Amino acid sequence: MEEIYDSPLKLHSISMHDEYKDSTHFLGLAEIEDYSSCGMSLRLFLLTLVPTKINLGVGAYRDDEGKPVVLQCVKEAEAKIAGCDFLESVSSAVSSKLVEESVKLVYGKNSDIIKEGRFAGVQALSGTGACRLFAEFQRRFYPESQIYMTDPTWSNHHNIWRDALVPERTFHYYHPDSKGLDFSALLDDVKNAPDGSFFLLHPCAHNPTGVDPTEEQWREISYLFKVKNHFPFFDMAYQGFASGDLDRDARSIQIFVEDGNVIGCAQSFAKNMGLYGHRVGCLNVLCNDAKQAVAIKSQLQQIARAMYSSPPIHGILLVSGILSDPNMKALWVKEVKAMANRIQSLRTTLRKSLEQLSSPLNWEHITNQVGMFCFSGLTPEQVDRLLREFHIYMTLDGRMSMAGVTTGNVSYLANAIHEVTKFG
Amino acid sequence: MISLASATPSALLSVQETLKGKTRLGSGCVSTLFNKEKGKPSIKKKSCGRISMTVAVNVSRFEGIVMAPPDPIHGFSEAFRADVDVKKLSLGVGAYRTEELQPYVLDVVKKAENLMLERGENKEYLSMEGLAAFNKVTAELLFGADNPVIEQQRVATVQGLSGTGSLRLAAALIERYFPGAKVLISSPTWGNHMNIFNDARVPWSEYRYYDPKTVGLDFEGMISDIKAAPEGSFVLLHGCAHNPTEKNHIPFFDVAYQGFASGSLDADASSVRLFAERGMELLVAQSYSKNLGLYAERIGAINVVCSSTDAAARVKSQLKRIARPMYSSPPVHGARIVANVVGDPALFNEWKVEMEMMAGRIKNVRQKLFDCLSAKDKSGKDWSFILKQIGMFSFTGLNKTQSDNMTNKWHVYMTKDGRISLAGLSLAKCEYLC
Repeated sequence: MEEIYDSPLKLHSISMHDEYKDSTHFLGLAEIEDYSSCGMSLRLFLLTLVPTKINLGVGAYRDDEGKPVVLQCVKEAEAKIAGCDFLESVSSAVSSKLVEESVKLVYGKNSDIIKEGRFAGVQALSGTGACRLFAEFQRRFYPESQIYMTDPTWSNHHNIWRDALVPERTFHYYHPDSKGLDFSALLDDVKNAPDGSFFLLHPCAHNPTGVDPTEEQWREISYLFKVKNHFPFFDMAYQGFASGDLDRDARSIQIFVEDGNVIGCAQSFAKNMGLYGHRVGCLNVLCNDAKQAVAIKSQLQQIARAMYSSPPIHGILLVSGILSDPNMKALWVKEVKAMANRIQSLRTTLRKSLEQLSSPLNWEHITNQVGMFCFSGLTPEQVDRLLREFHIYMTLDGRMSMAGVTTGNVSYLANAIHEVTKFG
Repeated sequence: MISLASATPSALLSVQETLKGKTRLGSGCVSTLFNKEKGKPSIKKKSCGRISMTVAVNVSRFEGIVMAPPDPIHGFSEAFRADVDVKKLSLGVGAYRTEELQPYVLDVVKKAENLMLERGENKEYLSMEGLAAFNKVTAELLFGADNPVIEQQRVATVQGLSGTGSLRLAAALIERYFPGAKVLISSPTWGNHMNIFNDARVPWSEYRYYDPKTVGLDFEGMISDIKAAPEGSFVLLHGCAHNPTEKNHIPFFDVAYQGFASGSLDADASSVRLFAERGMELLVAQSYSKNLGLYAERIGAINVVCSSTDAAARVKSQLKRIARPMYSSPPVHGARIVANVVGDPALFNEWKVEMEMMAGRIKNVRQKLFDCLSAKDKSGKDWSFILKQIGMFSFTGLNKTQSDNMTNKWHVYMTKDGRISLAGLSLAKCEYLC
């Protein structure tokens, strides 16, 4: 007898989450910050057919024509691996290679840490995946702990630690008046946190503010961390984009390590290798010795196994291929520098343009801030005007992805910003 | 003040002890920092200036963390690799091997990858739900393009990281929206199922499935266990199954081998399609690891069949919300391969042919193994279960001791529950295995 069933699942009780209505595949919705009104604005932006529209929302690099870029070193790596039979039996060796080469970028290629195997390293699903593995690890082994995050931080950080059930606190970071670092408040918060707290730090090119501590400030922070026995977890998503120099951008981490801090680090190759969609990253945790490293690694792998088993091989092959070949690596280093330089020069151009328009506001922060983003200081109302009147899209917190600025659109952008801010 | 010693059940040295015992400090000034009462250290930054600390790292806060248990399946791949005996046979991992026992990259996959290379597509982020073209073809492959659930847009399909990732997304959905609901898992089942539901904090229990006496299905046991479960449980089913309709249970299929059971992609999806056509709501996880040999690319999907288009849209949005803090968006490469193969009629047909070839090889191996065993074994034991069981695996009925003996004495690597992967067996090696 045929039986037709009505819904036993109360799926009608599952509500629609505003942010996730749109399938905006070509804009990388994952990068968009502000949930409540952003969905509406983004849809508006997408529907606009105006040729002058500018997308400054997504943290993905664009060339001077506003187009996505596949790096030359990546193209060469693709050609090399095409047609090869890479299967599961090969992947563990390749994965180890990736981790080895990745951590060299963190600790320096001649580091004793690497020679002695004093780190637990696993590949991860880009920066998000690395952070999530660590958050789950933190929850599992330090169930009473919290995570301190900068105010503000990348929005998905909140989601990651929340879904891992680790409560969060914020600590002072950005100073809205100076549009720079609120250093003394930062130090106070670090000092006042209970000993042995977990902190989430951006080692370079802070997202969303673009405000990085100076080397001297990092030293002070590191010193304080050591005294307080805090655990710094670094999310390095933009290595190379802050100064154009990969080693220099990892300097903050190295300061902490030199001071004897025990650290963890998430790395992403999404931006600096342009491998966004391939989800390639690395998580490493500094350990006492190689034996402990093996234990911690096994636990991290265990967490990954119940989430996705193992990471996708294609991106791993590309990254390990590039990093382990001196010529390709050299090419990569050059390409990273070129990307950073392009952004830097447009920062300068934008600031100059605004100054030439006799803007009443101070725009120094455009060139003081580093990396992909500029925390413009624009208010939500001004951001909204930019969208509706000028078809310029950025997140409501005023964060502009400078990667979306080109020589072709910078004047238009400057004019538009001036228009919405000229009366203060 | 948080003491690390209370952080985990295992002993961790307290902050005070570590600072006193282990640090070697460069300057006398710093010693004042450690002669402090429990509480905030006094930091005399201004008077001491910057102190260069050539310190040993404190005793690690990870001291109490022990080695995780080795994975029962992957753990012994390493042992297999280390084994130098030429007769060694790996029948553990569910990965297809050719008659020469080599891994196999499907021709259609090579073709698809070449096409992709020629096109030189960019590497931008997929959206959280994955590649739209992939989601479309994967749902159609599973349900059939003319299935009412597809036409009425009642399926929420989200790309996941192969079967594991897709199951995890579903598990998180269950945990969040059906708090307290249980998942019923067959006994035995793939070991990682438990890990997934444990880590997702979804309670589970087992239902009888395999009968060691008949080396086949314990139908009575299965029905009774499913009936006994709490109302509204999710029943995890592999492939074809009894309809767990009593007590508003929700079927949850793990389709990891579509095409491998019978050689026909459509036939292997028949139970899923049947349930969908009956208007039931169900969950289906898919994987392309085996049938397209894309193990390492991690490509699969979670499909949730809902009773309305609107519910499907809402469920999809929530699945995306679960994916975002896990990995932001899924990997692009495998998705493009599948979209190209399944979406192109010529490649799709070629795939069907390769699929039949792979399933055919396994069927032949089953036959040969059965013949060998029946001939060799004079005890009158009935080995026909080998022919009756379907898919890549066979439950031999060997117990743990016997399985260990297979490994230690005969260099045949298999899992302790007596499961062997026939995909790892060649006709040539059947004799040896017997």
